[in-house]
Amino acid sequence: MRKIAIPIILLIILLSVSLNAQNPSAMEIIEKVDNNMSAVSRVFTSKMIIHNPRNTRTVESRSWSMGENKSFTEYLSPPREQGTKMLKLDNLLWIFSPSTDRIIQISGHMLRQSVMGSDLSYEDMMEDPHLLNHYTGKVDGEEKTGDRNCWVITLTATSTGVAYQTQKIWVDKDRFIPLRKELYAKSGVLLKRMELSDVLRIQGRWFPKKILFKDVLKEGEGTEFQIMDIEFNVKIPDYIFSKASLKK
Amino acid sequence: MIRFLLKGIFRDRQRSLLPVLVATIGVMLTVMLYCWLNGFLNDSIELNARFSTGHVKIMTAPYAGNIDQIPNDLALTGVDSLMKKLKKEFPAMKWQQRIHFGGLIDAPDPAGETRSQGPAIGIGIDMLSGDHSEIERFNLEKSLRRGRLPAHQGEILISELFSQKLKVNPGDTVTLIGSTMNGSMAMYNYVIAGTIVFGTPGMDQGSVIVDLKDVRDALDMNDAAGEIIGYLPEKYYDDKTAEQVVTRFNLLFPPSGDKYAPVITTLRKQNNLGQMMDQISQVGAFVVLVFVLSMSLVFWNAGLLGGMRRYMEFGTRLAIGEDYSHIYRTMIYEAVLIGIVGSVSGTAVGLLLSLYLQNHGLDLGSMMKNSSILMPSVFHARITAIAFFIGFIPGLFSTVAGTALSGIGIYKRKTAQLFKELEA
Repeated sequence: MRKIAIPIILLIILLSVSLNAQNPSAMEIIEKVDNNMSAVSRVFTSKMIIHNPRNTRTVESRSWSMGENKSFTEYLSPPREQGTKMLKLDNLLWIFSPSTDRIIQISGHMLRQSVMGSDLSYEDMMEDPHLLNHYTGKVDGEEKTGDRNCWVITLTATSTGVAYQTQKIWVDKDRFIPLRKELYAKSGVLLKRMELSDVLRIQGRWFPKKILFKDVLKEGEGTEFQIMDIEFNVKIPDYIFSKASLKK
Repeated sequence: MIRFLLKGIFRDRQRSLLPVLVATIGVMLTVMLYCWLNGFLNDSIELNARFSTGHVKIMTAPYAGNIDQIPNDLALTGVDSLMKKLKKEFPAMKWQQRIHFGGLIDAPDPAGETRSQGPAIGIGIDMLSGDHSEIERFNLEKSLRRGRLPAHQGEILISELFSQKLKVNPGDTVTLIGSTMNGSMAMYNYVIAGTIVFGTPGMDQGSVIVDLKDVRDALDMNDAAGEIIGYLPEKYYDDKTAEQVVTRFNLLFPPSGDKYAPVITTLRKQNNLGQMMDQISQVGAFVVLVFVLSMSLVFWNAGLLGGMRRYMEFGTRLAIGEDYSHIYRTMIYEAVLIGIVGSVSGTAVGLLLSLYLQNHGLDLGSMMKNSSILMPSVFHARITAIAFFIGFIPGLFSTVAGTALSGIGIYKRKTAQLFKELEA
């Protein structure tokens, strides 16, 4: 009896070790997601295709961001929005409107307002939070998203001030890129859905070039956020993140 | 016989003076109250019509359903062609486009930074096309406190109270921060042309008036408008005519699958005005009823007193062979005559006082300082055809009813005791 029991126990231990090796923890997955999605700095040109109930509009912009707290965006088109600039430093946002030559500061809940009538808020548009710094997670299971095998992870905020208290994300098992996201308020109400696609290898990392945002509290077909070009970890001059650059 | 009775009434002052005075005062109060209620209702309706509802209003159905939120993303589009069609199909009516909007008015310091800021409710009306009807409708010339009316694009009017709060003056530049029809943030500079006092507490607290084109530029609403307001050719709202317009409009624009197709509604169906109209009518009818009843009691009492005073007279008349019913009838005839005289004089006095209130009004603005409802602060009476005869209802009915009640006592007089009473 003893001769059989010892090998069985050893087998169980081996199996569990090997299973653990196959199933990374939620935090390990999130770390890998952060490595793909976040960077020290990013410079990108994007296109927002906003599908409102009555029309579809396209807004192009160029953005510079440094870490989690510094971001600058300049709108390139349409003509009505061209030259509008936004600077976000921590929780403060300044918007410069060339037609009025005025800089207006917005903060607090206003940061959760829609950008240009899209399904993105100013926070969505201008923040690049490291999930690991703000959330803790648990793996709920595995699911297929399209033809990709994904981990399903529920993230719960550990820091105050994040836009979404809970996130449910579907992370590609091979590329460690979220392919779907559901973003929830503190009350548990679903606020937004995101579908990330066109995942490409850029500067040694996987990155989705297309994100479909859908504010579920808003009518319309959602907003397509397309990255036209992106560079990671480039040097951005400090003056970009100053109020003076808004009027330049 | 009427002449005989009239002579009797007027030669015996005690028989005429008090009843006529009572009837006159009662009728005067009834007429005044009726005209006052009518004026109040009318002022409230017309104020709402001028500023908000029109006599009819055209919007999209989703806009109408969320009108409290001023949802300009659900506004009417293609309004220029719609206006052309409306003017062609309803040539007698006056049609105006309007855009209501909300936002912040931001006053900068010399460095361009925010110095003061306040939430504003704005309305875009046609002020610069050469058509002055909206300026007249909003009574802007008389409401002007400082500065002047806008003469160029980019100029706005701001309520005096709001200008004091923001510490801005005519000639200063302020920025409107709002939301475009597409949901983008809108920022637009305006120069304050003048300040105004609407006389309506709800509007005096934070209103701006902007030319329609300037609002369109600011809110990206080219060829769009939140509302198209229609005014009937008659000065005052008439529900029947408004309903006819609605029926015709619905024939011209039958329901389509377009969610944003124009829909029309009457003043009565907006802002709970129908309910208010009904309630005020009911209150009016109740007031008249109360007057009829209370005056009937007064005349009953007066009749009883008169009956006592004329106890000997009726006894003598019965003694010389006059019928009970004949005496009763003559009393009723007398009451009718007193009622007519009292009603005529009461109506005349009531109409004169109402005419004064119709022309000058009564300013109750100080009582409504904190009101946020669209209510006029100066209340006028309004004389209508009904005012000329409504006083006759309490005037005639009450005197006759009071006399009829008190006169019943005559039938209780016993002829066998008459001479005994007369001897005494």
